[in-house]
Amino acid sequence: MFQYYIKLGWLSILRNPVLSLLMVMAIALGIGACMTVLTVNYMMSSNPIPHKSDQLFHVQVDSWDANGFEEGDDPVNQMTYLDATALMKAKKAFRQTASARTGLVLEPDKEDERPFLVDVRTTHADFFPMFDLPFQYGSGWDSSADDALEQVVVLSREINERVFGGEDSVGRRLTLSGVNYRVVGVVDTWSPILKFYDVTNGAFNEPEDLYIPFSLMVANEMTRNGNTNCWKEPEMEGYEGFLAGECVWIQFWAELRSNAEKDEYMTFLNAYAEQQKALGRFPRPLNNRLNNVMEWMEDQEVVEEDARVMMWLALLFLLVCLLNTIGLLLAKFLGKSGDIGLRRALGATKGTLFTQHLIESGMIGLAGGLVGLLFTWLGLQGVQKLFGEFIQNFTSLDWVMMVTALGLAIVSALLAGLYPTWRACNIAPASQLKTQ
Amino acid sequence: MLSMQNVAKIYRTDTVETHALREFSMDVGEGEFVAVTGPSGSGKTTFLNIAGLLETFDNGTYSLDGKDVSGLNDAHRSNVRNEKIGFIFQSFNLIPDLNVFDNVDVPLRYRGFKGADRRRRIEGVLETVGLGSRSKHLPSQLSGGQQQRVAIARALAGQPRFLLADEPTGNLDSQMAASVMALLTEINQTGTTIIMVTHDPSLAQQATRNIFVRDGQVSEDNQLQPLPDAATA
Repeated sequence: MFQYYIKLGWLSILRNPVLSLLMVMAIALGIGACMTVLTVNYMMSSNPIPHKSDQLFHVQVDSWDANGFEEGDDPVNQMTYLDATALMKAKKAFRQTASARTGLVLEPDKEDERPFLVDVRTTHADFFPMFDLPFQYGSGWDSSADDALEQVVVLSREINERVFGGEDSVGRRLTLSGVNYRVVGVVDTWSPILKFYDVTNGAFNEPEDLYIPFSLMVANEMTRNGNTNCWKEPEMEGYEGFLAGECVWIQFWAELRSNAEKDEYMTFLNAYAEQQKALGRFPRPLNNRLNNVMEWMEDQEVVEEDARVMMWLALLFLLVCLLNTIGLLLAKFLGKSGDIGLRRALGATKGTLFTQHLIESGMIGLAGGLVGLLFTWLGLQGVQKLFGEFIQNFTSLDWVMMVTALGLAIVSALLAGLYPTWRACNIAPASQLKTQ
Repeated sequence: MLSMQNVAKIYRTDTVETHALREFSMDVGEGEFVAVTGPSGSGKTTFLNIAGLLETFDNGTYSLDGKDVSGLNDAHRSNVRNEKIGFIFQSFNLIPDLNVFDNVDVPLRYRGFKGADRRRRIEGVLETVGLGSRSKHLPSQLSGGQQQRVAIARALAGQPRFLLADEPTGNLDSQMAASVMALLTEINQTGTTIIMVTHDPSLAQQATRNIFVRDGQVSEDNQLQPLPDAATA
């Protein structure tokens, strides 16, 4: 019977093409608006490193001021230089990295090319294997380079193309703000959905252009391109005073492969905090945290409230479109009263007719979903045009969202069809047969 | 075969009560061809709707094929309609976007017959009504008489125990009306019980029995021809 109902649904759609088209467009508009916003939200909320997000932990040790502290307050979301250095030295995690963002001037060898600013991440050797950066050429540096202050650099694919024409530049030299660096690797295209390893500098920004050892940042007294917060004035002057002060500006991540490793690391953090308390630091009660990637994204509210409000507005718009569809379906089904009365006379039960008309509603929903997918694509192109390339990662439709769009359209149409179908099935057959 | 005893049907609005049938009693035996006549508003169509289980009634009893159908729920009434009753309407009531074959197929689908069985039945009844070669035609491509033949074929396809015809020739010219009446007579002679509502006395004369309805009651009941063997047996 299902095929029969499909055939009847198709004939019914063709019988009132304008009405059917209006319904398809109403659903398509609702789905298009809804799915555009949902897709952006979904992509924003999706896991940027799914294969190991539960092994990568953002580390927080609470070195902040006790004034104004209330039970349940979050620890500061970045780390001081003192703490980051101590945790790096301790090497208690399987892998660990402290990192920060800076900016340097890249001075190309070519005389006809002018120097330009590059975005730089200063980090440790473990950064590359921890976050699974793909390499086009070479690799990251060894941990020995971190300690030995080696002037090494890893380039992004784009910078390598711009400076070295895309060729294997491993071993080549590069001048950054007057200092000569040796290229050890070129990262292949790497564009995680979220810049999860440093949400303080814009979770939706692209990764940096270059990577250099964190130790060089300190040695060369580089400035920081990111948030820096201090709860008390440094006791000493200058860069050294800043490094020794209670200023947080470093993101610290640890790779912990099991719950046991995580528990062990937390014990270590707490012991470290107690030790610091003994030294007169860490005035707050013990408040250290280990959040895996998705917990950290949730904690930092990467998907902003505005986006959630937009999502609800889009769902409301879909609801309005569905209310219109209900009206149109009602008109359509009641227009088929004669047909329904006849079928009842010929032996169709109310249930049979209910199924037939719900399937027709579902077909209209499916068509609305397909057109809605086109509208979604157009909507996402519009969003990209409006907000620029930084949102590019969130404006692509994957198969999950496509299936969701079609499913949402069909379910919406079925819900919209319930009342009109119920009304149609309760038509008294006798009243229709004389008048047809 | 069909027995109504003291059936009453009242249509109510906020201000008016209309007694469409009152103490309506009728018995129809197997194989009869009964013409129901009467003036407009006498209750002929209400009787036909109740007989066809398209409407419920307020009082009385109705048994069909020996079974009381008064208290059946909606789904059971649909099943009885589908299996035991064939309908023929004045305005043919064909579904315009289904071809002849598919129109005849409608009640068979609800009956749950398999594809091959349905095809055999449809082809058989279309041959019976002389439209075997028109199965792919849409109703709009047929004359009124041919459309009514399709409606008759649809009514016969499920081999019902009886046919209910409401002014079956009302929309046809005299030539086509005669041909449809001839077909109905032929069908009746094969043993199918027919109850036909009509205004036309000349058509009523072709039935085996005439029932005259006035003010919602049977006022005359005339046996015109002897009952066929099946009914008297």
